[in-house]
Amino acid sequence: MSAMIAPVDEAGIIAAVQAARAAREPLAIEGQGSKRGMLRPVQAARSLSTRGLTGVTLYRPAELIISARAGTPLAEIEATLAEKGQQLIAESPYLNGVFGTTAPPSIGGVVAANLSGPRRITWGATRDHVMGLRFINGAGEAIRSGGRVLKNVTGLDLCKLLSGSYGTLGVITEVTLKVLPAPETSATLLIETPDLASAVAALSAGLGSPFGVSAATALPVKDHVIAAVRLEDFAASVAYRMEKLRGVLGSLGTQRVMEDAESRAFWRGVREVEPLQVVPDEAIWRVSVRPSAGPQIAAAASAIGGRVMLDWGGGLVWIAASPSSANHMLISEAAHTQGGAAMLFRAPESLRLAVPVLPEEAAPLAKIGARVKEALDPGGLFNPGHIRAA
Amino acid sequence: MIALPAPKAEILARREEIIVALTALVPGDGVIAEGIRMKPYETDGLAAYRQMPLAVVLPSTTEQVAAVLRYCHEQGIRVVPRGAGTSLSGGALPLADAVVIGLMRLNAIHEINYADRYAVVGAGVTNIGITKAVEADGFFYAPDPSSQLACMIGGNVMMNSGGAHCLKYGVTANNLLGVKFVTIEGEVLEIGGTYLDAAGYDWLGLITGSEGQLGIVTEVTVRILRSAEGARAMLAAFNSIEIAGAAVDAIIGSGIIPVALEFMDKPCIHACEAFAHAGYPLDAEAMLIIEVEGSIAEQDALLARIKDICARFDPISLKVAETAEQSLAIWKGRKGAFGAVGRISPDYLCMDGTIPTSELPRVLRRIGEMSEQYGLKVANVFHAGDGNLHPLIMFDANDADSFHRAEAFGADILKLCVEVGGCLTGEHGVGVEKRDLMTVQFQPHELTQQRAIKSAFDPDWLLNPAKVFPLQGALSPALAAE
Ligand SMILES: Cc1cc2nc3c(=O)[nH]c(=O)nc-3n(C[C@H](O)[C@H](O)[C@H](O)COP(=O)(O)OP(=O)(O)OC[C@H]3O[C@@H](n4cnc5c(N)ncnc54)[C@H](O)[C@@H]3O)c2cc1C
Ligand SMILES: Cc1cc2nc3c(=O)[nH]c(=O)nc-3n(C[C@H](O)[C@H](O)[C@H](O)COP(=O)(O)OP(=O)(O)OC[C@H]3O[C@@H](n4cnc5c(N)ncnc54)[C@H](O)[C@@H]3O)c2cc1C
Repeated sequence: MSAMIAPVDEAGIIAAVQAARAAREPLAIEGQGSKRGMLRPVQAARSLSTRGLTGVTLYRPAELIISARAGTPLAEIEATLAEKGQQLIAESPYLNGVFGTTAPPSIGGVVAANLSGPRRITWGATRDHVMGLRFINGAGEAIRSGGRVLKNVTGLDLCKLLSGSYGTLGVITEVTLKVLPAPETSATLLIETPDLASAVAALSAGLGSPFGVSAATALPVKDHVIAAVRLEDFAASVAYRMEKLRGVLGSLGTQRVMEDAESRAFWRGVREVEPLQVVPDEAIWRVSVRPSAGPQIAAAASAIGGRVMLDWGGGLVWIAASPSSANHMLISEAAHTQGGAAMLFRAPESLRLAVPVLPEEAAPLAKIGARVKEALDPGGLFNPGHIRAA
Repeated sequence: MIALPAPKAEILARREEIIVALTALVPGDGVIAEGIRMKPYETDGLAAYRQMPLAVVLPSTTEQVAAVLRYCHEQGIRVVPRGAGTSLSGGALPLADAVVIGLMRLNAIHEINYADRYAVVGAGVTNIGITKAVEADGFFYAPDPSSQLACMIGGNVMMNSGGAHCLKYGVTANNLLGVKFVTIEGEVLEIGGTYLDAAGYDWLGLITGSEGQLGIVTEVTVRILRSAEGARAMLAAFNSIEIAGAAVDAIIGSGIIPVALEFMDKPCIHACEAFAHAGYPLDAEAMLIIEVEGSIAEQDALLARIKDICARFDPISLKVAETAEQSLAIWKGRKGAFGAVGRISPDYLCMDGTIPTSELPRVLRRIGEMSEQYGLKVANVFHAGDGNLHPLIMFDANDADSFHRAEAFGADILKLCVEVGGCLTGEHGVGVEKRDLMTVQFQPHELTQQRAIKSAFDPDWLLNPAKVFPLQGALSPALAAE
C-alpha cells in the first residue's frame, strides 16, 4: 500500500500536486478508495485523497442546485437533499457490495467514475447533471468549468470531460450538481416473460409508451425472466399510469405490481447490482449496447458459463463469470460486434494488468486523447496506467 | 465592434488556385466563389457583423468534408463550419481568408429505431426535421430552440442548444448518443454510438457546445422520446417581478417540474400582445407561462395545484387553458416574442446570460436602470425555471451610436450575470459576440487551459478561429493581438 496524503482543503491538494510535480513522482488519485479495485492498478509511490475535503458548500432547493467538496460522502448529500424532499437525479450506486468495501463513496469519486443507476435510462447519467466543478490540473492550478446555474455553454465543457475520467486528468475538489424533487411515490410492474428477448421487448414497449417509465430492468430467474418497469410521480399519476401500462404490456406475460416501499427496495437492489449475486472470485463486466442487442450479449455470456442481469431497458448488461483473459476477449468481442463497449469492472489485479480493461480507441482519437491528457496533466502525474497501459 | 484577425496575405493571393482545388474535391455545384452568390453566407443571426469569406464549399458526403479539411490543413487555410447560420453570437461569421464549409447538403435521415429509441441523421437535417420524421409514430426529438424550423442538428450540437422544454427534457447534450466527427487532419471518427455509456473519456460531451473549435460533425445519433399523452398551458400574471419570481420558487419547491416555465416582463408582454393578440394582461408587471404534460386528468390535477400556488401571490390574472386551442393561444405571444420586438424596434440584440433564479428581481431592476442610462429600451423574456435570461435590447442599426450603446449595454448585462453567480451564455454560445468578455468569467490560466485543449484537436488553429477565445493571450501566433 502506498503512502497516502489526505489534505483537508484545496490549498493542500495544490501543494501536494506541486510537490509531486517538482519531484516528478506520479500520484494515485482517490476519494474514499471504495473503488480502488476498479480499472488497472495505479503504480505510484503516493496516493492523494480528497477524503479530507468534505461538506456541502451551497444548497439552493428552489434553484435545484447543490455544491459539495469532493470528499463529501454520497450518503451525506443524499440526506441533505432528502430533508428538502429532493434527490440526485442519476440514482448513483454505492457498489460497496460489488467491491467488498465498507468505505462510503465520495461524491468526487462518483463523478470521476460517472456512475449512474437505473434512472439513467430516462433522466440521464451523473455527468449530465454536473453543472460545474473545480479541479486541480497537473500544473497545480485550480481550474473552474461550468458554474452554479442550470444552463451554461460558456467555453469548452470540461465538466463532462472530467466526469468519467477516473482521476487521470485532474483532481476534482468541488462539484455542483443539478437535483430534482423526489417523487411523491413509485410503483413497479413486474412481468414474467419466457426469455430475455421477450423481456427486453416488454421493456422497450414500456419505455416507448407515453407513461414516463423511469427505470427498466430484466432479471433472469431459473427458467424465466422478470421484466420490471418503474413509475415515479404524484400518487394519482402513478395509479393512472400503472393501469395504462398494465394494458399496454398485458399480452406479454403474467403481471404483479410492487407498491412504493417494495418498489424502492427492489430498485436499490438493482442499483447495487445485487440480483447478479456475485461471489468473491468472479470477475464482473459491464457492457453498454443498444437495448435490443442486450440478449445477444447475454447469450455470449452464457456460452462461457456467465450469469447476467440487464438494466437500462436492456442496454446495460452486467456479467459475472470466471476471471480469465479468454472470457474477457470473448465478452469484449461480443460487445464490439454489437456496436457497444465492454468494461472489465471488477477482477483480480493480475487480470486487470493483463488485458485492456476498456476498449482501445481508434488511432487518430488516441493521438488526440494523448494530447488532451498532456494539456491537462503535462507531467503525467495522475493515475498513470489506470485506464490503459502506459 | 469586435476585431477580427488580419487575413493571411499569402492565402488571399492564392484564392484562384484554392478554388480550383476545392472544385476538384467537391465537383458539380459544390463550390461558390462569386461575390453575389456568397452574399447569403457573409453573416449569421448576429447580422450586425458581416464579412465575405474566401469561398464557400457545400460538401454532400462525410468523405468530401474529410477531403476538404485535409486539403485546408495541408495548405494552412482557415475554415468556418456552418449549419443554417442562425447563430445569435456570430459563431458562423466568416473570415476574409477562410473557407466556409456549409453542411446543409448532409440532410439525409439515415436510420430511425423506435425499439431502441434513437435516430441517425445528417448534420444538415433541421431540428424540426427530426421530430417531423418520427411524430406520426408518436415520438419527438426533445430540445426545441425557437429557431427549430431553420437551425440544423449539427449547429445544435456545436452550440449545445436549449429550448422552452429543456427544464424537463434537458438541452442538446442530454439528448445525444453519438456523432460522426471529422478532424482538421481529415480523419473520420465515430464518437459514442447507439448506446448510453461510451467507454473512456466523454469526447461527445467535450465536442458538444464546442462551437466548431474541435472538428466538423457530419452525422448525429440523437435520442428520440415518446411524446406524452398531451400538454396544456396556463398563464399567471403578477403585480411585480419579485412576486412572479417568488411564485416560480413556490412551484418548483412544491415538487412540480413543469415541462416549460417561461417569464415575460411588462415591455415584452406589451410587444407580444400588440403582435399576437393572445389576451395577455397589459397591466401586469410580469407574466408566467406554465405548461404541464400527461392525460387530461393529470393535466387538470397539475394545473389545479399550480393555480392554487399562484393564487397565494395575489395574481392579476390566472388563466388555465381548457383546450389545446387555448393553450396554443397562450403560447402564440411567447413564440413570436422575437418577431414582436422586431416590429416595435428596427433592430435588437438578443442577450443570453444565465443567473441564479434567486437573483432575478435584483438583476431585472438593474437592467431597468441601465436601460435608462443607455437610453435604449429593453424587453425581457426568458426560461424562468433555469434562470436563462434573454434581454432584447432595441436599437437602430442605421445609427452607429445607437449600435455602440446597445453593445455596451449588452456587455454590462452579461457582466452583471457573472457578478451575481451566473454566466455569459446559457444557450447561444460565445461566438464572436462574447469572445472578449470571456475574461470576465474566466481567469487567464483557465482560458489557457481551454485553449490548450482546443490545440490538442487543432494545433494550427485553423478551425473557426477568432471565436470563443479572446485574441489577447492567444496560443496561435497568427491570431495573437499585439
Ligand atoms: C469501473 C468501476 C470499477 C470498480 N471496481 C471496484 C473494485 O474493484 N473494488 C472496489 O473496492 N471498488 C470498485 N469500484 C467502486 C468505486 O470505487 C466507488 O463506488 C466510487 O467511485 C466511490 O467513490 P470513492 O470516493 O470511493 O472513489 P475512489 O474509489 O476513491 O475513486 C474512484 C475513481 O475516481 C477517481 N477519483 C476519486 N476521487 C477523485 C477526485 N476527487 N478527483 C479526481 N478523481 C477522483 C479515482 O482515481 C478512481 O478512478 C468500481 C467502480 C467503477 C466505476
Ligand atoms: C429567432 C432565433 C431564435 C433562436 N432561439 C434559440 C433557442 O431557443 N435556443 C437556442 O439554444 N438557440 C436559439 N437560437 C440560436 C441558434 O438557432 C442556435 O445556436 C442553433 O443551434 C444554430 O444552428 P445553425 O444550424 O443555424 O448553426 P450555425 O449558426 O450555422 O452555426 C453555429 C455554430 O456551430 C458551428 N457549426 C455549425 N454546424 C457545424 C457542424 N456540422 N460541425 C461543426 N461546427 C458546426 C458554426 O461554425 C458556428 O460556430 C435562435 C436563433 C434565432 C435566429
